[in-house]
Order: sequence, then structure tokens, then C-alpha cells
Amino acid sequence: MYLAGMAAIVVTMFLALARAAIGPTVFDRILAVNMFGTKTVLLIAVAGFLTGRPEWLDLAIVYTLVNFTGTLAVLRFARFGNLARDDRKPDR
Amino acid sequence: MPPVELLLMLLLLATVVVVARLKDLFAAAMLTGIASLLAAGLFVLMDAVDVAFTEAAVGAGVSTVLFLGALSLTSRREKQQERTRILPILIVVATGAALIYGTWDMPAYGDPDAVIHHHLAPELIAETEEKIHIPNIVTAILASFRGYDTFGEVVVIFTAGVGVALLLGGLGLRRRAGHGEEES
Repeated sequence: MYLAGMAAIVVTMFLALARAAIGPTVFDRILAVNMFGTKTVLLIAVAGFLTGRPEWLDLAIVYTLVNFTGTLAVLRFARFGNLARDDRKPDR
Repeated sequence: MPPVELLLMLLLLATVVVVARLKDLFAAAMLTGIASLLAAGLFVLMDAVDVAFTEAAVGAGVSTVLFLGALSLTSRREKQQERTRILPILIVVATGAALIYGTWDMPAYGDPDAVIHHHLAPELIAETEEKIHIPNIVTAILASFRGYDTFGEVVVIFTAGVGVALLLGGLGLRRRAGHGEEES
């Protein structure tokens, strides 16, 4: 069960990696990285529960936060070209 | 090596090869984030959750954003190389071979007979809790037994941060002072 779960997650990771490598648009890549982060969270959660270390779930939750914040920063960069100022309005 | 770790290592290798081949630097920055997440996953599977968390926060979070910040100042495409250079490849391969040669002397992962598990660790595991009443031994060592060392690290990082901020923009003090005058 441990192996099957982990193998499924690794296969999904491979698909996300392929999408990040191929693109073609910026948003494909951002979404692929975000999904890869989610898969890392899943990997930690599965490894934690199936090897008897359920306290790793807390760790996985913090990874989710980092992943979310990082995706927001990257999206902001992709839209505005910088992270701090708002001098260019987004094109709707 | 267990199969899951092996698969993750192969994924990591694939990611790094793709990063080296890509000409689109935005995509390369994104893929370095993926490489960091993979490394963090590997660290977790090897029971080094604190190292893994640092890797995820710094590698996947902060340095991706820093890469993107640098990209906003330069171009998004890598410049075409006219010819492949042999010397850098040779140096990289030699360094990698030397590092792999170095790992041959390391004890196997999880080996209970390794020197490091017999020098200080048994006493620390036995005595930390009654000495300073902190259940997490790693935290106790970092924050108490090696407190001055950690404090020194924090001072170094703080100094470096202040130095970089002063070099880049004077911490925005001048600009903010100017704005204040305009408003008042």
C-alpha cells in the first residue's frame, strides 16, 4: 500500500514536471510548479501516515502555506513584472 | 536504496538536465523550484524534516522569487552560445567525480555503527531532557548547547542583509523622507 501510494504520487510528479518543462505558456509552468508543491505535500502526508509518523501532517500543512505564498509571488511577478510596486496596471 | 527514493532521485536528475537544456530562463527558474521541492521530499523521507523544511522555504520559496526578481532586470531568454566549451564540462565532471569518490568513505545511511552515533549522541539523547527540560533534542542543541554559535550565525546573516539593503537602496530611507516632506 505504501509503495502503491508513493508510486502514484511519483507518476503524477513526473507528469507535472513534463508540463513545467514543455510549457508552452507561463501559466502552464506556474500551475505545474504549484501542482508539484501539492504533490510534495501529499508525498509527506502519505509517507507520514503509512510509516507511522502522523505528526508529519503538520509539516505538510506548513509546506502548503509556503507553496501558496510562493505561487502568489510568482503570479504577481508574471503580471506586474516586479514584486513591490504597482506602477503598471494589469491588462484585463 | 529504497525504490521510492530511487524514483525521486531519477526525477531530480531529469529536472536538473531539463534546467540545463532550457533556453527560457523563466521556465528554468520554475524548474529549480521543482528541484528544491524534490530535494525536500527526499530529506523528509530520510527523516531530516528540519533540513527539508529549510530547503522547501529557501529553495522553492525565496530563491525562486529572487531569480524572478533578477529576471525582471535582465532578459528572459538565454543568449545563444556560439560553440560548446569543453573545459567547463571537464571541470564539472571532475568535481562531481571527486565528490562521489568522497562519499565512498561515508558510513551507510542509517548505519548504527557509524562513528557519529557513538561520540556524543548517546549522552545528549539520555541527558538533554533532564538537563534543560526541552523534549526536542535538535532544538535543544541548536538553541541552548550551541546557543552562541546560532547567535553568531544570526548576527552574520543580519549584517549581510543590512549591507545588501544599504547597497541596493539605502533601505528606502531617502525616498520615504522625500515623500514625507511632500505630504506635509
